[in-house]
Amino acid sequence: MGELSVKHLLGIKYLNEKDIQLIFETADHFKEVINRSIKKVPSLRDITIANIFFENSTRTKLSFELAEKRLSADVINFSAGQSSVKKGETLIDTVNNILSMKVDMVVMRHPNPGAGIFLARHVGASIVNAGDGAHEHPTQALLDSYSIRERLGDVAGKNVVIVGDILHSRVALSNIFALRLQGANVKVCGPKTLLPKYIESLGVGVETDLRKALNWCDVANMLRIQNERLDISYFPTTREYTQQFGVNKRLLDSLDKEIVIMHPGPINRGVEITTDVADSKQSIILDQVENGVAIRMAVIYLLASKIK
Amino acid sequence: MSQKVLLSAKEINIILHRLACQLLENHLDFKDTVLIGLQPRGTFVAKRLTQILKEEYGVGHIDVGFLDITFYRDDFRRGDKTLEATKTKIDFLVEDKKVVLIDDVLYTGRSIRAALTAIQSFGRPSEIELLTLIDRRFSRHLPIQPNYRGRQVDAINEEKVKVLWKENDGEDVIYLINK
Repeated sequence: MGELSVKHLLGIKYLNEKDIQLIFETADHFKEVINRSIKKVPSLRDITIANIFFENSTRTKLSFELAEKRLSADVINFSAGQSSVKKGETLIDTVNNILSMKVDMVVMRHPNPGAGIFLARHVGASIVNAGDGAHEHPTQALLDSYSIRERLGDVAGKNVVIVGDILHSRVALSNIFALRLQGANVKVCGPKTLLPKYIESLGVGVETDLRKALNWCDVANMLRIQNERLDISYFPTTREYTQQFGVNKRLLDSLDKEIVIMHPGPINRGVEITTDVADSKQSIILDQVENGVAIRMAVIYLLASKIK
Repeated sequence: MSQKVLLSAKEINIILHRLACQLLENHLDFKDTVLIGLQPRGTFVAKRLTQILKEEYGVGHIDVGFLDITFYRDDFRRGDKTLEATKTKIDFLVEDKKVVLIDDVLYTGRSIRAALTAIQSFGRPSEIELLTLIDRRFSRHLPIQPNYRGRQVDAINEEKVKVLWKENDGEDVIYLINK
């Protein structure tokens, strides 16, 4: 217990197990706070946070902004679409300009893997990675594990399968790191073309038969096909993908046990998951969203504690 | 480091009974009153007082809650350590209730200032009182005084008052420690 071992949250890879436990325990307290009639605490009233998003986002951006506001931080938002980035400004210039307005923390989403790490090396503020290309999305993995812990009591020893486009998914990579760190067993499942070649080296199993994977697991995390990152054709048709790798009620009901269904959003209903599954009581998709705010409050609170 | 006993178990017991009686005098049936123990160590005082009120003075039901003030403190980022929170447990609204904040030691008054802000998140109390087991006189940073005090102590800044409880530390005793 005590404090985080890192100054920035760039990826789960840089955290240790104690960090994750500290974030979860802090998030427990914030979850209680956001369920009060007044959902706000004054801790970060002298901290300014810039949310800079070079890629589209709904959930993550709203969740971060809400978390920051619930902590009483001052928040500025920046979306690349409406900015000088289009006029040719470099990333460091953009961020340094923002920082000279006395910003203490930067939450950044960027299409290039490693953008957060690059930034942390060159600017003075505390950096939170809100997704960098196909690399990491640490707060998503934290809230996923937190939601599993909430539903099943513990993450250690649980069998978790991540289904879908593993190749292009930062959620998958961060989840693999986080789950392995906490002692869960992880398998990935999807079309062979969307499974990275050396994925086993991360200590995860590979399964291409969805039914087998679901029968093995306690939790299935369904990922979206990242159409915007598919440069070539990885499977014949969406219909064929759905037939082999989509979950529906009939498939779930035919399993040996009741499993927990997760999805980081946005959902493509009818593709990787059917509506009746997404809205069933086995699904914890909306719990994930609620927990996202508590987890982000915890991360920001703990990182802000280290700003001197 | 030297330490001397400020209050023994017997003295603590007598004081707790007196405080319980004082609360009883002002709040009678505790119908519109809630007791809020401040985390971490005010909760022990709150639990003991509740036990005495129920078992020895026949008070039927008392709403007791525990309030963590970490996120309301005014020294965030000012020390070396990350401020760690503990659990808040208040399963009732304090709207229009008389709130008695309970802590073990009143020192600078900053925790109480934080608690006064924190409690507002659970509604608008009709009034707020303060009960402390030990009141360290002359060391206040803020204009805050207790309505009920167990024992007043003149302790200089290098000294520390340490309150131990049987259920947590093995014995009831209060020490004055010279660092």
